[in-house]
Order: sequence, then C-alpha cells, then structure tokens
Amino acid sequence: MRYAYYPGCSLKSSAYDYERSTRAICPELGVELEEIHDWNCCGATAIPSVDPTASAVLAARNLALAEATDVNGAEAVTVAAACSSCYAMLTRALNYYREDPAMRGLIGQALAAGGRTLAGTVKVKHLLEIIVNDVGLEAVKALVRKPLSGLKVAPYYGCLIVRPKGAFDDAEQPMALDRLLAVLGAQVVPFERKTKCCGGALMTTKEKSALRLNEDLLHEASSKGADVIAVVCPMCQMNLDAYQSNVNTAYGTHYRMPVMYFTQLMGLAFGLNERRLAVGKGTVSHAAVLKRMGV
Amino acid sequence: MPEIRVGVYICHCGSNIADKVKVAEVCDFAATLPGVAVARDYQYMCADPGQELIRRDIQERGVNRVVVASCSPRMHEPTFRKVLESVGLNGYYFEMANIREHVSWVTEDPVAATRKAKALVAGAVGRVELHEPLEERYTVMNKTTLVVGGGIAGIEAALKIAASGNSVWLVEKEPSIGGNMAKLDKTFPTLDCSACILTPKMVSVAQSENIKLLTYAEVVKVDGCVGNFQVTIKKKARSVDLAKCTGCGICTSKCVVKVPSEFDGGLAMRKAIYTPFPQAVPNKPAIDREHCRQFVVGKCGVCQKLCPAGAVDYDQVDEDVTETFGAIIVATGYQQMDPSVGPQWGYGRHENVLTALQFERLVNASGPTGGKVKMKNGETPKAIAILHCVGSRDVNYHESCSRFCCMYGLKLAHLAKEKMGGEVYNFYIDLRCFGKGYEEFYNRVLDEGVHFIRGKGAEVITDRDGRLAVRVEDTLLGRWREVPVDMAVLSAAAEPRADAERVAQVLGIQRSRDGFFLEAHPKLEPLKTATDGVFIAGCCQGPKDIPDSVAQGAGAAAEALSLVTAGKVKISPVIAGVNEERCSGCKVCVPLCPYTAIAYDEEKKICRVNEAVCKGCGTCVASCPSGALSVKHFTNQQIFRQIEEVAAV
Repeated sequence: MRYAYYPGCSLKSSAYDYERSTRAICPELGVELEEIHDWNCCGATAIPSVDPTASAVLAARNLALAEATDVNGAEAVTVAAACSSCYAMLTRALNYYREDPAMRGLIGQALAAGGRTLAGTVKVKHLLEIIVNDVGLEAVKALVRKPLSGLKVAPYYGCLIVRPKGAFDDAEQPMALDRLLAVLGAQVVPFERKTKCCGGALMTTKEKSALRLNEDLLHEASSKGADVIAVVCPMCQMNLDAYQSNVNTAYGTHYRMPVMYFTQLMGLAFGLNERRLAVGKGTVSHAAVLKRMGV
Repeated sequence: MPEIRVGVYICHCGSNIADKVKVAEVCDFAATLPGVAVARDYQYMCADPGQELIRRDIQERGVNRVVVASCSPRMHEPTFRKVLESVGLNGYYFEMANIREHVSWVTEDPVAATRKAKALVAGAVGRVELHEPLEERYTVMNKTTLVVGGGIAGIEAALKIAASGNSVWLVEKEPSIGGNMAKLDKTFPTLDCSACILTPKMVSVAQSENIKLLTYAEVVKVDGCVGNFQVTIKKKARSVDLAKCTGCGICTSKCVVKVPSEFDGGLAMRKAIYTPFPQAVPNKPAIDREHCRQFVVGKCGVCQKLCPAGAVDYDQVDEDVTETFGAIIVATGYQQMDPSVGPQWGYGRHENVLTALQFERLVNASGPTGGKVKMKNGETPKAIAILHCVGSRDVNYHESCSRFCCMYGLKLAHLAKEKMGGEVYNFYIDLRCFGKGYEEFYNRVLDEGVHFIRGKGAEVITDRDGRLAVRVEDTLLGRWREVPVDMAVLSAAAEPRADAERVAQVLGIQRSRDGFFLEAHPKLEPLKTATDGVFIAGCCQGPKDIPDSVAQGAGAAAEALSLVTAGKVKISPVIAGVNEERCSGCKVCVPLCPYTAIAYDEEKKICRVNEAVCKGCGTCVASCPSGALSVKHFTNQQIFRQIEEVAAV
C-alpha cells in the first residue's frame, strides 16, 4: 500500500514526534509513504476565515501535486494526512472542486496560473482511516508484541477528523480509535467528549475560552481514570499537553495527564524503541505511561 | 354503420383552464374537425348543467361520440361515462382530453397552451371515432373480509364488520392482539387507562362468532383481485395447541429460559414460553424457538412434561392456510425508531436514557417496576427530561412530524410529576396540541409545574458530576444550556415498520416518500389504496393517535362492507385479448404478466388471457412479437390515430 504523504507544517515542527512515530510504524504495517514533492501549507483554520477561495486553492495545489506522485502505478492516488486539520482542509477543497462548479472554476484558474491542473481523481484519507480500514485491525493485531495491558486510554478524536460528514466513522460517537486501541491491548475508557473541540487556534486569540474546553476534556479523562489521552491531531496534542499547566493555573487543578499520539502507542505495542517514536517529547511526562507498561 | 357525430365540450374549470387556454378558440377549432357535429365550451362540465348539455346533444342532435376536454380522467371519466349511459349510449364512446394538469397548470405561455389544447382535442376526436362499445362485467363478491394487523385500528375494523353480521378474519403477527396501544399506560388527554379501554375490545374479538382470529400468523401471498383475493397466511408454529391449552400458566412459571421482554421494551424478562402480557388475547402462550432450550440445545422438555392439558407440541410446523376474501384491510401499524441510530441521544450508552414506550412501561402499574419510576439503580429520579422530536422533523432521520409525541410527551410529563414529584423538563421545537381537549391538557400540565424549554434536545451527556445532562439551545433565552437530570425519555420518531416494504409488495400497496403506505387520495380517499379492494387504516398510513386510528378502523370497515355487501363487483372491460390466428404460442407474455392472467393452451398451442384476472396493464401487448395481443380501448389503431391527429396540429 503506497500513499502520497502530506505531512503538513505541524508534523515538520511542533509535532515532529507524530511524524517520527508515523514513520516508525508505517513500514511495519506495510504502508509506504511517498512524501508529496514541494507541498505547501494546507491553509489550516486561519486562511479560510479570511479568504475561503485562497484556502481552497492552497489545499488544491497539494492535491494537484499529489496526483503527480508515483504510487507504483496504482489507479488513483490516495493522500495520507496525519494531521486532522490538514485532512479536513484537503477533503474540503476536494469536495469544493467536485461539487461546486463556481469554486471548481476558480480553483482551476488559480492552478493554471501556476501551470498545474487537478483531475479530481485523488482521494484523501486520514492516517487513522488507513490503519483501521486499509491495513485492518487483524493485521495490526498480528504485530502487537507488547500489549498495552492495564493501560487505561481515553480515545480523543477531536472535532475535525469526523467532520463535516463523518466520512469514515460516525460524526458524533466514532469508534475507529476505540477499536484500534483495544486491539493494542489497552483498556479503552468510554470517553464521551471524544469529538468535543479542544479550541484549536482559539488558544492563541481567546485563551480563556479554549482553556475551558480543555479543562472539560481533562476532567472527563482523569475522572474516568485514564492514564493517557490518545490523540490523532497535532493541534489537540498541543492544547491538551502544552497548555495543561495553564489549565491547572486557571482552574486550580492538578492534572498530570500524558497526551500521546496514537502512533506512539501503536509503536510501543509493536515493541519499537521509544526513542524511535519520540516518546517523552511531551510537556507532561510520559514516564508514568512507560512505567505502567514496564518499558 | 350510422354516421359518426362527435360532440366536443371544452371546460373552463372556472379559471383553472380558461386563464391560460383560450377556450373559445379551441372550441372554434374543434368545430372544424372532421366528424364533429357539436362543439361547445362551458364553465364547469362536471356540474349538472354541463352534464345536461351533453345529454341534450345526444338526444336532440344525434351526437354519438363524446369528447370532454377538461381535467385528468382519474377524477371525472366515470362521471361522463355515466352521462352517456344515462341516455342509452355506451360509456366507452367517450374520450377525455386533459387540458388542465397537462396544459393550463404546467404551461406558462397562453399561445403555446392553446395550441397544445387544440392538439390534444384533435387527438381525442380522432381516437373516439375508433372506439368500440364495451360492456362492464361483474363477478361474484366473496363476503369475507381480511384484516391484517391486530392493533387498535385492526381490532376496531374487525369488530365493526362482525357487528354487521359479516364474517372477517383478523391476522396478527404477534402471539397476541393489542398492538402498541396495549403497552401504553394512560391515554391523553382524558387519562383513561389504555388497557382498561382496550381489553374489552380485545375480548370482544375473541368472543365474536363472526371473527376468525389468527395470531402468530402472517400474510405471505395475495393473488386475485377485488372480490376474490386468494390469500395465503402462514401460521407460525406456536408449539402450543390452542385447542387444548387452558392458559393455566404452569409452563411459563416453570420455564427456565429468560429473555428480555419485547412488550416491556427490554426492561423486564419474559420466559421462552410466554404470553406477552397478562391481558393477552388469546391468553395462551407461544414458544419462542430462537431461545427455547428444547430447540436451542435439543433437550429440556419441562413445559411439555408439566402441561396438565398436554398442549405443548414441539413438533408443530409452520402451516399455510389459503382462503378467499372479498376485501382486505391493512392495519399493520408503525414502529418506534431505535434512537441508538443517533449516538448524540445516548440511548444504549447511558442506562437511564429510555424510549417513550419504555417509559410507558415504567409508569404502568403492571409494568416491570409496578408503576414506580425508578432508575437502573433502583432510586427514584429527582429530575426527568422528555426530549421531543427525536428523529422527527429532522432531515437526518425523518423529515415528517410523528404527530402524537407532543401529546404523549405532555402525558408522560404529567404521569412522571404525579408518580415521583421532582422536576420534569420538556424539550420541544413546537408544541402541536391539535385535538379536542389537547390544548386544555397542555395548560393543565403547565399549571402542574412541568418545565418547558423551547429547543431541541441536542445531546444527552454525563456532566462533570457523572449526572445525565441535556444540552440544548434554549431558543427563548437565546443561549446554550446544560440541564442536569437523572433520566431522559426520548420521544423517538414513529416510522414505518421494518417489514413495510415486504407487506406493501405482498398486498400491492404503494408507499409515500416517508415510507408509510400510500392512500388513493390524501383528502378524499384516505382509506383506499391504488389496488381496488385493499384498504389501509391506522398508523401504517402515517402516525395517528388513538381516536384517529379508531375512526380509520371503523371507516375502513365501512369501505370494505360497502363492497362485500353489494354482492357483486364490477370488472373493467379494458383487458387484453389474444388474436388466436396470430399467436405463435411463443409464451413470451406468460411470465411477464404481473397478475398471472395468461396461460398456455397446450392443445391449441396458443396463449390465452384469463379475463377475470387481467387488469389491462398492457405489459403483454408490448412484449408480443407477433402482434397477437391487444388491450381493448387501447388498440394500436386507436393510439396511432391519436398520435397522428396530435402531431397534425
């Protein structure tokens, strides 16, 4: 299985641990990632609120480049995105292109100015979808050498991965990550706020509101006895992890909740070296998790 | 053959046609057509004076073919045929041109509309010259009616037919009649006990000599047509001989297998040999073979050993019964949507989120808690939320309104308040209290201190303290609220039953967009269907409260009786026939006939049409490679002439 890999800005900077762990587990799963040549920012949440057309064009350029990626002669190129925001932006641009004739015209015009075209045959998938649906949980199970036995994990999907239409799972109460973590041997705690927003970029402009949202998430995870929150998005990871001390200051709480990428937990279950997975990079220490696993 | 003299009548239909079509111009044009003796236009051709015009022209001016250009023949073709017959002319010497639905209502430009009206009139005049006189035929009407579904609508229909002295069969899929009404506690707005008003009717069904009751049985096949439906009913193996069983209940009390009770919405357990509820009719058990140990592991036999009447029979098999009926009433009801399709409502995730039907059982004195409102942990809730429109008025689930939930929401609020005190919240979009005494009931519940929050309950979650909470946009306050409660009751949408598609196919009923059964006319024929002799009543047509279902049941009984008591049934003469000289006996038509009306004559090596069964649909005609088949009144010559004349204008 070969995919056109779109890392996005986060995975090359603040979330390099996400990329490291992704790069570490994919070969085990038989997933080949061919990084899209000359990719650019997807537009994230900042651009669409200012200029929807520009944001669609930014994302569409990546799709056009992806279509030119060599995926061993497979019929249609599938883009693999690990960041939920990138995934949502690329999907949205593709939907615009396919379903909105006016937007299709604008995107086509803009791409043509740069000497590129988009056929619209490309598909976009989140890494979680690829692992759960394309690789399959049976195959994942076969790779587990060190089950996450006894580790209580709160599966946190964030708001973007199942929006806007719940492409690969239920938009309100998705289960893909729950099932994956269970296969890894973890004890999955029922996490009701699994798709509630972490505040995203609001943390930089309206911190108080964003902290409220994160406190809600941390409260549920810790009151359900979770040892760690598993995330699928760099933005969620940053808000829950790096701003956890701000939450504690604002609300007089004492959370010390590790927030890890699901790829890191997969790598640990596969018995990969934690340094290869960039485990320990989090602001809140991962030591308790490793200790519980006996690493 | 006498000279053909066509009378053409152009209807204004008030302004419906005349506003768009220049009727005088069409009339003048019609007068120039060959064979036309009289051409007139008139305000309302269907009214008495309009009909009189036709009669007088037939009698005084020798008109012997009639064309009326007006509305769709669906409504008034029979009217005008009767006019012809009233003065001795064959009703089939008549043709209708539809210049309303096909012209004035759908054409913007008056010039184009007038031209099209002329073309249709010319086609009708050309065609009517070739019409043949046809005679309507009658067959004997079977006097027995079949009622499918033993809920309140079906029960009412069966009782009414029985009361008239006619015989009726009532077929129910479950082991007992009673339907959804049997599960309810009180009924709005008068708060009569549902069982108290229903069970006397159920008992009457069992006692009536004119009603043959088949429970645990399903209609699997319907052949024939109005007057003579041949119906196959599958009697599922009940494993209990109803003739021997005395209903003593020993078998049920000794049975060791426990299964969640469907009747109690899974809130209580029943046995594998069970009667669904204490007032069941017949009050005799059935064995649920999916769970019975005798059938699952092949040994047990406790009930058989202990039955003093020797009524338990493990060797019973499903049995097909075939019977002929004159008319069929379908009253198969609705089902409540499973709210776990929307995870946001928390049904199936939170143990104290219930459907409204489950809550009915909870407040019912004969229910699993003896009528006490209790949470899973046995405690009495201090606050209850009732969420309206769960899956109704919601494009993601059912666009339509389920109609009775507002009122049962109020009723359940009243009962909850009465039984447990505490706080009761109704989350609603609009309150639709449409019936007699309903608005007054709403006011009463308001006075009792029930809270009403205008906003659709968006989500049922556990709040920070682990308590349930309903998230809602309170549209009167204009803000988000999270209302903590201990129990949430979901007014889940009323939807077509899961087997509605199969039932519709077996009985030849069409379904509307919402999946419920389709009536012949939404206002004037609410009980008829597109199939003659098949009627619908109650919630299978769309959600209805009890008074409406009862009224429909009785109405459907009147419809069926008006057919069966007539003793004979008219059959349309518009049917197919075979030209024996031309038929090559290829049999292409035989399997195509949807009514299995065509049979192959081995001796003559040709196909023949059974005139009693043929509905004149024309499928066989289109398939016949040698042109041997034709449908009367729709012959090739007639249709080609019509096309030629339309095209010539």
